[in-house]
Amino acid sequence: MMLDIQSGVSRRSAFAIGLFVVVMLVLPLLVNAYVVSVLVVVLFSAYLGQAWNVMMGFAGQLSLGNALYVGLGAYASAALFVHYGLPPWIGMLAGMAAAGIAASLIAALSFRFGVTGVYFALLTISFAEFTRIAFDHVDWIGGSSGLFLPVVTLDHDDLLHLRGSPAMFYYVLLALVLSALAFSHLLLRRRVGLYWQAIREDQAAAQALGIDVFRYKIAAVALSAVMTAVAGGLMAFYDNNLYPDTIFAVSRSIDIIIAPIIGGLGTLFGPILGAIVLTMLSETTTNVSASLGVNGLKQWIYGASLLVIVMLQPAGLWPWLKSVLKLDGVR
Amino acid sequence: MQAMTAPLLEVESISKRFSGLQAVDTVSFAVPRGAIVGLIGPNGAGKTTIFNLIAGVFRPDAGAIRLDGVDITGLRPDLACTAGIGRTFQVVRPFGALTVLDNVMVGAFRRTTSPSEARRSARQILERVGLADKASAVASGLTLPERKRLEAARALATGPKLLLLDEVMAGLRPVEVDLMVRVFADLSREMGLAILLTEHVMRAVMALSHHIVVVHHGQKICEGPPEAVARDPKVITCYLGASRATA
Repeated sequence: MMLDIQSGVSRRSAFAIGLFVVVMLVLPLLVNAYVVSVLVVVLFSAYLGQAWNVMMGFAGQLSLGNALYVGLGAYASAALFVHYGLPPWIGMLAGMAAAGIAASLIAALSFRFGVTGVYFALLTISFAEFTRIAFDHVDWIGGSSGLFLPVVTLDHDDLLHLRGSPAMFYYVLLALVLSALAFSHLLLRRRVGLYWQAIREDQAAAQALGIDVFRYKIAAVALSAVMTAVAGGLMAFYDNNLYPDTIFAVSRSIDIIIAPIIGGLGTLFGPILGAIVLTMLSETTTNVSASLGVNGLKQWIYGASLLVIVMLQPAGLWPWLKSVLKLDGVR
Repeated sequence: MQAMTAPLLEVESISKRFSGLQAVDTVSFAVPRGAIVGLIGPNGAGKTTIFNLIAGVFRPDAGAIRLDGVDITGLRPDLACTAGIGRTFQVVRPFGALTVLDNVMVGAFRRTTSPSEARRSARQILERVGLADKASAVASGLTLPERKRLEAARALATGPKLLLLDEVMAGLRPVEVDLMVRVFADLSREMGLAILLTEHVMRAVMALSHHIVVVHHGQKICEGPPEAVARDPKVITCYLGASRATA
């Protein structure tokens, strides 16, 4: 008898996934406004991690500049709204296109000239950085003093214009995270997903098996960028303000990659688990250090905790949790 | 009708120089349809370079390579594969984190975009090379003989017209060598698959090859049927040294 390893999400795993979705759906109804705002942070982090995971986790291409695509998505949707009153969803499409084109150009340039690995990562940082500096000098989008969205007080949520309560953003982001989860699952089961993993494992061997490595690598980078731009658009409308120095910040690019690494690179649930654990850790350490009145204690505890997690579970928390909970067939 | 009678692979006076070293020097040979040809020679003779020239890793400085009448000289490795060249690497390169089945599916996807179709043909090939029971094992956990078979299975899955086997027997025990020899002899006979192999395990080369090409210092020194090549004084000289040959 032959066991088909591909078909196999066990009933136990299916139940666990269902339970997770239900809990995420009802959670905002049960908790206070502070917790909802923390959950919004969790979902932003989870989704950005999922998008980064497509290029690094699946295809093995290291980007340390994904803030570039966050910024392009944010500025496209905010500027088109402020100047022309276009709904953010339209602006987001423009942002996705801009991010996709920028990513394809960066990737095509790098891979054509054999810039890979850490050198590719450096190049992604530099493109994010000079975009940040360039945006500081564009008056149309407010330059370095920032772009502000008019704050309106509504008695109802306006989904079309993304004006409303944190709970509305929570549900929009949850839909996005669950879509990214399903999409990633689909990608991994198809030819493109297997090709990406082959490239990640051994590029020369992948090429010898007929894979157009150049094209597939660009596709991974571009897809990751397009996904990332959506989060940028939402972020602009959630925060209501935009500064080149924060949206394109190197520290944002670093934040994006920590959740999927802690959760489990290349896995489906790793970025989500990583985001939950890291955001909770960050909130707890902030509260602890505030109550003790010691400045800088937060960073210290946060850093030490990351170190412990990476030392104990180098492959990430999700593979470990999965085996503890005996969840078969989920990645 | 000329395409039917012409050899499958024609290598015509190819040369390759690496900064100061003439790795391959105007080498010509052919692989007829359905034939198994052995490419032998001492270490450093240029065998792997010839493979890499055929598979598109390097472009020859001069000369031409034709597969099935089509010029494939200097084609990129993925395009050489698409043209019908399947290859294994001397130092095995499995996709370590993937399962054995997924490894072979990567190859099988060259001929189909359907995952179920790729899975089916990957399973058939694993069956052939005797790795079916390892299908769901992670490739990095395989033993060396298993990795060698996986390497061949992956290349076979791309549906090649010509299979290049770069020392797939090295490091195997005699029983395992015999198993591999049988697998490839069967494949060639049943599917009409042409094979070009380099090998240090002479027993395997002699048992498998219909025709043998000997290279030394980047040059072809002789070719012919296995028995004739084994008796050729030039071959004995290059393998064993001049004094022994003349003694």
